[in-house]
Amino acid sequence: MTTTLYTSDHEWLAIDGDTATVGITDYAQQQLGDVVFVELPKVGRALKKAEAAAVVESVKAASDVYAPVTGEVLETNEALAAEPALVNSDAQGAAWFFKIKIADKSELGGLMDEAAYKAHTA
Amino acid sequence: MLANNQDSLKRTPLHSLHVSLGGKMAPFAGYDMPVQYPAGVLKEHLHTRASAGLFDVSHMGQIALRPKSGRIEDAARALERLVPQDIVAIAPGRQRYAQFTNADGGILDDLMVANLGDHLFLVVNAACKAEDEAHLRANLSGDCIIDSLEGRALIALQGPKAETVLAKFCAEAPAMKFMDAGPHEVAGIKCFVSRSGYTGEDGFEISVPAADAERLAKMLLDNPDVLPIGLGARDSLRLEAGLCLYGHDIDTATTPVEAALEWSVQKSRRSGGTRAGGFPGAEKILAHFDGGAPRRRVGLLALGRAPVREGALLFADAAGGEPIGQVTSGGFGPSLSAPVAMGYVPASLAALGTKLFAEVRGQRLPLAVAAMPFVKNTYKR
Repeated sequence: MTTTLYTSDHEWLAIDGDTATVGITDYAQQQLGDVVFVELPKVGRALKKAEAAAVVESVKAASDVYAPVTGEVLETNEALAAEPALVNSDAQGAAWFFKIKIADKSELGGLMDEAAYKAHTA
Repeated sequence: MLANNQDSLKRTPLHSLHVSLGGKMAPFAGYDMPVQYPAGVLKEHLHTRASAGLFDVSHMGQIALRPKSGRIEDAARALERLVPQDIVAIAPGRQRYAQFTNADGGILDDLMVANLGDHLFLVVNAACKAEDEAHLRANLSGDCIIDSLEGRALIALQGPKAETVLAKFCAEAPAMKFMDAGPHEVAGIKCFVSRSGYTGEDGFEISVPAADAERLAKMLLDNPDVLPIGLGARDSLRLEAGLCLYGHDIDTATTPVEAALEWSVQKSRRSGGTRAGGFPGAEKILAHFDGGAPRRRVGLLALGRAPVREGALLFADAAGGEPIGQVTSGGFGPSLSAPVAMGYVPASLAALGTKLFAEVRGQRLPLAVAAMPFVKNTYKR
């Protein structure tokens, strides 16, 4: 059973045990506009919470995607390199960015559930 | 900057139209301007190249130079004191690209100059218009009445269908050639129309009285071939067309020769010409013409997929060494579906095909010096 949580920087995390799948929210992709390039972290990289982990670029600008929790990168979504526009069409599904092994579950305490995130972006 | 104070931002005569069309508004050069509409930058860009796009460029400065003598040549000769272009040779009904230069040979602003018969009509950048007007008043008041045309909007209609769309409202439009300019009625409104633009596409710029601007824009937008286009796509279109953005690709520290704008300086103003020199910074600019400039603005095509943006440092090698130059404009080119950039490099590294590296997020990404425009222009010559 997975739980989805959100950051105030518009990342989502689907949590399954001690693994989190991370992407950007549908709200974030709408704000960015057409995504033309995604840069993903290397598998095995140790990320600290709030560290810049990935980059998503529209025609106009580059934006950082931050690690929502501390942990090691387990897997990245190579489909995004070939088709960055997936971020626009399926931000909270097929366009996940990376999977991370959660080092400290207490860090999840500061994240929002769906209702709180909806209020945050309202 | 006025960037964070919405209340102090100026509005163009088309502001409420932008809002009603769903434009995402942001501060630009002191104006609240549409960056994009609901279609988005990518679709707006591609639509302009495939069909026609309507741009509000009313934030730009429009200035009339009226000769006190009544002779247009006197206004042209006066303006030649401030620009390295041959203004005298602009025939009535024609337009030319020019630059105001400073005593160091740098560029104060770039502009369009049209000969409208009894006066010269100038279009200057929004961010520079107050300084440009002061510069004109300080230097040309003896010869010209400098008339700031505050009450006019400026609408650009660009793309392969621009001619067909405009022809419905202006029967003379199809007969105009690239860089023709003149007074024309558009839908019965007295306008100045030029066949020019900032996209690399065929198209028109229409100077229209502010009170009629929204009515005209709506008539043009009623055509299903025309979409409103924001500043985001305006920037990606001009970048693919290899056109300079003032304050980024050219500024007070770049001469026209360094900026690869030699084509815009006619032979008459160069060494040995009939009216050689006689503009600010002539000594340095002519030295660059005669002996070459130490650095050049070049086109840069990234060999990978990552956009290389303004400010990225350029290196000759994949590792080590000092920066040899800098990217001045860069992003993703929707028509090329690839990253495109321009920047300055030493003359010795400016040859087409030269392989360079740009530092992006700590990595050196390979790119190659490439010919501009990146996308073939479609001007109606």
